[in-house]
Amino acid sequence: MIEARGLAKRFTAAKQTVEAVHPLNLDVATGELVALLGPNGAGKSTTIRMLTTLLAPTSGTAYVAGHDVLRRPRDVRLRIGCVGQGNGAGLGHRGRDELISQGRAYGLTTAAARARAAELIASLELQGVADRVVSSLSGGQRRRLDVALGLVHAPQLLFLDEPSTGLDPQNRARLVEHVRRLRADHGTTVVFTTHYLDEADRLAERVVIVDHGRVIADDTPARLKAAHAGDRIALAFDDERAARTAAARAGGVEGAAVERSANRVDVRVAGGARIAPRLLGEFAAHGAAAAEVEVSRPTLDDVFLNLTGRSLREESGDRAAADDGAEDEEKESAA
Amino acid sequence: MTTTHTPANAAVPNALTDTVTVFVRELRPVLRDPVSIVFSMVQPLFFLALFAPLLPGTLGDAAALQWFVPGVIVMSCLFATGMTGSNLLFEMQTGAHERLMVTPLRRSSLLAGRALKEIVPAVAQALIITAATIPFGFRASVLGATAGLLLLAVLAVGLGSLSYALALASKDRDWLFWTVQQTLLFPLLLLGGALLPVSEGPQWLRVLSQINPLTHVVDAERALFAGDLASGAAARGALAAVAVAAVGLYVGIRAMRKE
Repeated sequence: MIEARGLAKRFTAAKQTVEAVHPLNLDVATGELVALLGPNGAGKSTTIRMLTTLLAPTSGTAYVAGHDVLRRPRDVRLRIGCVGQGNGAGLGHRGRDELISQGRAYGLTTAAARARAAELIASLELQGVADRVVSSLSGGQRRRLDVALGLVHAPQLLFLDEPSTGLDPQNRARLVEHVRRLRADHGTTVVFTTHYLDEADRLAERVVIVDHGRVIADDTPARLKAAHAGDRIALAFDDERAARTAAARAGGVEGAAVERSANRVDVRVAGGARIAPRLLGEFAAHGAAAAEVEVSRPTLDDVFLNLTGRSLREESGDRAAADDGAEDEEKESAA
Repeated sequence: MTTTHTPANAAVPNALTDTVTVFVRELRPVLRDPVSIVFSMVQPLFFLALFAPLLPGTLGDAAALQWFVPGVIVMSCLFATGMTGSNLLFEMQTGAHERLMVTPLRRSSLLAGRALKEIVPAVAQALIITAATIPFGFRASVLGATAGLLLLAVLAVGLGSLSYALALASKDRDWLFWTVQQTLLFPLLLLGGALLPVSEGPQWLRVLSQINPLTHVVDAERALFAGDLASGAAARGALAAVAVAAVGLYVGIRAMRKE
């Protein structure tokens, strides 16, 4: 569905050259559900904009839905849907009108466009607001309308650029549900960008991690975690001596990374849930019985941290997004 | 991979269908809220009410209106179409424009559809101004006024296109759009002889006025509303309006393609 080779974008502004996207190879097969994950400014959106014909690459080629984005942009546009970062619906328009116009743009007859608009309004729970001016809709409602606009022509391939930024958790969960259902019902290939770790984790079957314009990892969430971050076994002991003994024992486990501070010991290791009981027995046998234990699965943030030495959580400005969400909720309840 | 996938009952649209789609999209908010047409003509109406009475009344009130009203009609068209680029500028910021750019709609249709929609408010405003001044003694020949509106429609497409082109060139720089727009608006209007006769002015002003295509459209509107269809003024005005439309569409479509 997507075949990009050496796709790159360089911006020059104020005599400074920025490599927004380094030569990138990306293959997405029909039916895949792929997340582009990375901090703000990593090049995710630039990549999406090149793949959706909105931005001409500096070099490289991309075939999207069977056509060259540079030579046959219209053929690409006919076959893809794209939900951009902004609001797709004109703020002075009514949602239903925009959906009908969108249908006409893809060659649906007026009757078919009307029917399709009604269908999408129902499935994205926009009844009641579809005939209002878009500017009066809440953030969550507008985002669902954006998704509906991207789906009017039942595209084989759907791009979603930061679909849930600025949404409150409830609306984010709802959006994830819609994308899942779309996938299940129509087998649509979906590529979305996000800087929400949990979203990539829950929704994507494949995660492409992007940082500073480069792909630094590309695999299923499970395999990424297995390869780049072990489970975490967090232990606490009654005293530091016991902790030291335990840390030494844990160090003997193959592939384990051990960190101790005072009476606490952190062990990172693949298959932590299986290893933990054995370790506890071993500690007890050496007179260092643990007082507390917690085993947690790694997150994609652990993967990112491991790959870059930085945490994605700190970089993405989650706080700002949370503030937006709160505002959004207010508006929704007022609506 | 299949390359022929298009949704059920869809045919790949042609350029005309594309243009109609964009035209209808632009027109819908106007039809849903027709009062908006009146809002953008507040200024021309003020000029009509507060400026017209100040005109030298040597020819009598009715004659002054006969001269002044066609000018206000062109002014109203200039104000409304000159501003219309700001709608596109706004949609470039919100993301609506980008959404349309990812659809298969042709770039040329995205511009032309928007520009053609300008005809509707321009003609509606001209009709309102005409209707509002008839009780005060303004007289228009039906055939001439019809031709005058046609001329105005062509001008509206041209000016609208130029305004959109300016919006596209001002991407992410609102101030640029408004600075250029405001800088051009009044010189065009005054040199066009819409409010005061230029024929009394100094030589340099008359030369500038002759270069301004609006001058010829204003003169043509005066001739046409008076029923003088076969005059040279009407022909020159038609030529000027067509020239503005041609240049506007060319520049506008180029700007849209470059996007």
